[in-house]
Amino acid sequence: MEKYKVVVIGSGPAGLAAALESFKNLDDKKVLIIERDKFLGGILNQCIHPGFGLHYFKEELTGPEYAHRFIEQVIESQIEYLTETHVIDITPEKEIVAVNKKGLKRIKADSIVLAMGCRERTRGAIITPGTRPAGIFTAGQAQRFINIEGYRIGKKAIIVGSGDIGLIMARRLTLEGIEVKAVVEIMPYSTGLRRNIVQCLDDFGIPLLLSHKLVKIHGRYRVEGVTIAKVDFKLKEIPSTERFIECDTVLFSVGLIPENELSKKAGIVLDMRTGGPVVDNTFSTSQKGIFACGNVLHVHDLVDNVTLEAQTAGRYAAMYSQYPELFENNIYINIVAKEGIKYVVPQKLNKTFVQPFVLRFRVDNFYKDAVVTISNAGKVLIKIKKSILTPGEMESIEISQKILSQLDFSNDIVVSLQNI
Amino acid sequence: MQKNKVTCILCPRGCTIEKKTQGDTFEFSGFGCKRGLEWAKEEFTNPKRILTTTVHVKSGEIEFVPVRTNVPIPKEKIFEAISILKGIEVLAPVEIGSVIVKNILDTGADVVATRRVGKKDSSDD
Repeated sequence: MEKYKVVVIGSGPAGLAAALESFKNLDDKKVLIIERDKFLGGILNQCIHPGFGLHYFKEELTGPEYAHRFIEQVIESQIEYLTETHVIDITPEKEIVAVNKKGLKRIKADSIVLAMGCRERTRGAIITPGTRPAGIFTAGQAQRFINIEGYRIGKKAIIVGSGDIGLIMARRLTLEGIEVKAVVEIMPYSTGLRRNIVQCLDDFGIPLLLSHKLVKIHGRYRVEGVTIAKVDFKLKEIPSTERFIECDTVLFSVGLIPENELSKKAGIVLDMRTGGPVVDNTFSTSQKGIFACGNVLHVHDLVDNVTLEAQTAGRYAAMYSQYPELFENNIYINIVAKEGIKYVVPQKLNKTFVQPFVLRFRVDNFYKDAVVTISNAGKVLIKIKKSILTPGEMESIEISQKILSQLDFSNDIVVSLQNI
Repeated sequence: MQKNKVTCILCPRGCTIEKKTQGDTFEFSGFGCKRGLEWAKEEFTNPKRILTTTVHVKSGEIEFVPVRTNVPIPKEKIFEAISILKGIEVLAPVEIGSVIVKNILDTGADVVATRRVGKKDSSDD
């Protein structure tokens, strides 16, 4: 069996950054990246639009360009990688089973970084009535078909859901000469970034129908149209507001789910709210020596945050592979999401590694003029005023050494939100 | 129609910037930073966008190479630029950053490749 210090599963932005950081922090530089696709870079390869790297590189890159900067470093460092190789099993003992053209492979790792990303929710996830004709895609799937395979996927389209990928595909379809009739969003607000609403919809006069629902898909062999309707505040459709829209293509952009089939096999404890593993501030999962970062951990909206998070995970994965004893008998303080906060990552603070870290979270609704507080043992440690908070934008708060030094370690850290 | 409100797209904050006309002078409000103000001034007078799309590649390991304009081009030239890029084919290998079309539509912007595309390996098929 081949042996590695650190094995990273997935070569998207999280996997690349984690592998590089592990590599830098290892004496015995045995790092392996395993990628299922033909090329390194993950989904960034199909995200040909600009807007990546504004925070990390202070310039605006496309997905492939952002990936390229890390791929280059991986190749220069001569980090080993396998492409077209699919991991089918991970055990708690950190044995990895993978398949590729050459057959089955067994690999033993001292530590593993999970960086498998996420998958798209489909039509089934929102239970859409109607027939099952050709012409129905998830937004990311359509993105791959158009940007990488070069197919023309239709002539007139409807996009369901106003997440970022849906918005970006509205522009992409328009540029490809496909008429986008509307973007239909069930919520009264878009979950996409505002710059995407401006650049992808407003620029081309594509209507964003908020508080609207897809009621039915029509068509026998190919999509012939959809029926949409307005919804009330309970998201129930309002009778007699139904409207038929003729189209031959429907794109679903209705959310992403962390891809944790392998994590489950390894017996890792998952967080119901994020859909990803429960981790501490070292990004260690409940299985010792297995770390997680990127969209497999929780769905991000900016790749820059993925990179930063993955670097921390990679650093601690390298540390684990060299000094596993540091991770024995660790004691944790829970970090709890309360009123107004949908989830927090990390969910625990490891008392052995009380070092500054970034706490990331999402709010559960649209808030104007609110205060986010972090408290511990009834004492408010941080109070941050925010003029606008939306569920679509991830928030981060830095937990500095100064704050850590004020902590009462026998109590939870509580994150909550109050209206002013 | 003269728009008097734009949403800043320079950072995820997405400030709404308003233009108020007072006689011959303009006043801007709502911007969160200097860069946002500069951006809004341009957005009201000469909106520009970075254009990204794909171009055919001959004998490449993939059939399309993603491309972009290296600087933003006027918004109204986007569709014209797209139709030019649809009509061309480049030969692999293509290096990241290599110029596909120089000074497209006299905008001063070069269209550059945003990904490396190696030559097709005959053992692939």
